[in-house]
This record gives sequence, C-alpha cells and structure tokens, in this order.
Amino acid sequence: MSYGTGALWAIVGLLAAGTFLIRFSFLGLIGARPMPPWLLRLLRYTPVAVIPGMVAPLVLYPAATGGAPDPARLIAAAATLAVGIWTRSAIMAIGAGAATLFAMLALL
Amino acid sequence: MAGSTVKSAYYRGIANGAPFIVVLVPFAMLFGVLATEAGLPVLVTMGFSTFVIAGAAQFAALQLMIDNAPVAVVLATALAVNLRMAMYSAALVPHLGAAPLWQRLLVSYLNFDQSYATSIAEYEARGGMSVAEKVAYFLGVASPLAPCWYAFTFVGAALGTTLPDWLAIDFAVPITFLAVLSPMLKSPAHIAAAVVSVGVALSLSWMPAGSGLLLSAAAAMAAGAAVEIWTERLTA
Repeated sequence: MSYGTGALWAIVGLLAAGTFLIRFSFLGLIGARPMPPWLLRLLRYTPVAVIPGMVAPLVLYPAATGGAPDPARLIAAAATLAVGIWTRSAIMAIGAGAATLFAMLALL
Repeated sequence: MAGSTVKSAYYRGIANGAPFIVVLVPFAMLFGVLATEAGLPVLVTMGFSTFVIAGAAQFAALQLMIDNAPVAVVLATALAVNLRMAMYSAALVPHLGAAPLWQRLLVSYLNFDQSYATSIAEYEARGGMSVAEKVAYFLGVASPLAPCWYAFTFVGAALGTTLPDWLAIDFAVPITFLAVLSPMLKSPAHIAAAVVSVGVALSLSWMPAGSGLLLSAAAAMAAGAAVEIWTERLTA
C-alpha cells in the first residue's frame, strides 16, 4: 500500500464521519418521516450486493499463489459458504473455513 | 423508582450483549493483524476501530487499500457496506426518537449489527419500556462490546507480522467475508443480488481498482429489488 500519512488519516476521518452520518441519519436528522419503499427495498440489499463482488476475485485469484486458482482455497471458501448458509452462524462458518483450509493445505 | 428500572434495563443490556464478545474478539484481532501486515501504522489501525467502529466496512476499506485504490473508491465502497445502518437508524426512531440529543448521538455512534438487533428484539418482546429504559438497555448491550473491539484490535495490531506463514492469514479476509455474508442469503432476492454482484464484478475486473465493484454493487441492488418485487407478485 502506498498512501501518505495525510491520505491514511483522510480515509479514517471521512469514513468515520460518513459512517456516523449514516447511523445518525434518521435518529438524529430526519426524524420519524417515513422512508420511500423503493429506497428501503434497495437498502435491504447493500451488504449482499457489495461483499460477493469483493470476495469473488480474492477467492478465484488469491495473491498468495500469484493469482493462480488454488484448489485448497476454493474448497475452503465453498465450505465457509455452505456452513454459513446451513448454521446461519458466522463463527461456525469461519471455523469450518479455517479447518478446511488447513486440512486442504496439508493434504494437497 | 424510575432510576432503578433504568439501571436494571442497563444491566439487562450488558447481560444480553456480553455473549457477543466471543464473536467480536476474533474479528477485532484479525483486523489488527491484517492491518499491521498491510503496513498500516498502529495509530491508524486504532483510528479505524475507535472512530469508524464497523467491522465489515473496516475490512472492505483495508482490502481496497491493499489494492491501492483511490481514496474516493475506498470511501465509496466502505460506506456502501454501511448503508444498511440507515435502516437501523430508521427502525430505532419510534423507540428512541424522543430521547435527548446527546443520547441519540451516543446511540448512533454505537449502532452496529449486534447492538441494534439485540435492542430492537428486546423493545418488541418487552412492552411498556420507557424511552429512558430503552436508551439504557441499548447502551448496556454496547458497553461490553465497544471496549472489546478497541482492545482486541490493538492486541491483533501488536501481534501483527509475528504470525507464521503456515497460518495462511492471507485467506482470512475472504473467509471472514463469506462467513458474514452466508447467513444473509435468506431469500431468492438476496441470492440473486449476490450472484449478479459476483458476475458483474468479475466481468468488470479490468476497470481501475474498485470502480467495477461499485458498478456491480449498483447492479446487484437493482437485481435484489427487482426479484423482491417479482416474488411478491407471485405470492400475492
């Protein structure tokens, strides 16, 4: 990473301010006015719209192997996803993913 | 007597929030470790956990910074991850909208997934709580969690580069994100949004760092909303 000290603190400061404004938005500024249904509909999907697109290249082309697809990491990612969907628990999913990754790295 | 019920609401909040420590400690340590590995100064890492205090957005910002994305793209992506908190803020208005400003400021700073979900469940399950009790309960839930988030980010940042290679710590970020994501895939609309997000992001990966991701997020949100409208029509 190649950011100067100023840029690093700008990221922290602006991200903190933006995040706070999102959290304070209705409770502090907008009050009890109802949100339009189309906006609620879009907001519902923000995490599932951003995270998969960010994760996919990390899973398919990991930096640790120079960008070459790696069976151990692919299987570990699949195990994480499957256990997360099945148990609805992020911690169980992380445990399954990590255990699968170490087992596959040792075996393959 | 009002004082004692407010106090007991606060203690009940602490008791109901404390179990989440088990979840927060590894997440916080992982953020600290990865931030140090990526070359962030400890003070900046602590700035993230104290001022931003939002796990998924912190990991997203860190990942884009490792890719040297422009500052505007880092901010846009991490803030997009946090947009769901606007819904949390709106959902709290009927319960906490009448509280004094300083309390609403404090609640807003501490409004994250666990404090929000635990509190809203309590407000709905236990009728007749006063505004003061509701605020006290919310702050009670957050009380054990926020200090853990700060402290274990620091522990992770201090451990930092001392971790051995065989731990394959590089893959901790994708596993963490997949683990946070998978319990959210609870309807056809959510699954459609996730699939569109992956497809568009991969096909736009030639674009400058992070900008294809923003387009894919917009397309995925539209896809989720469209499938939701469509499934509502089918079941109506």
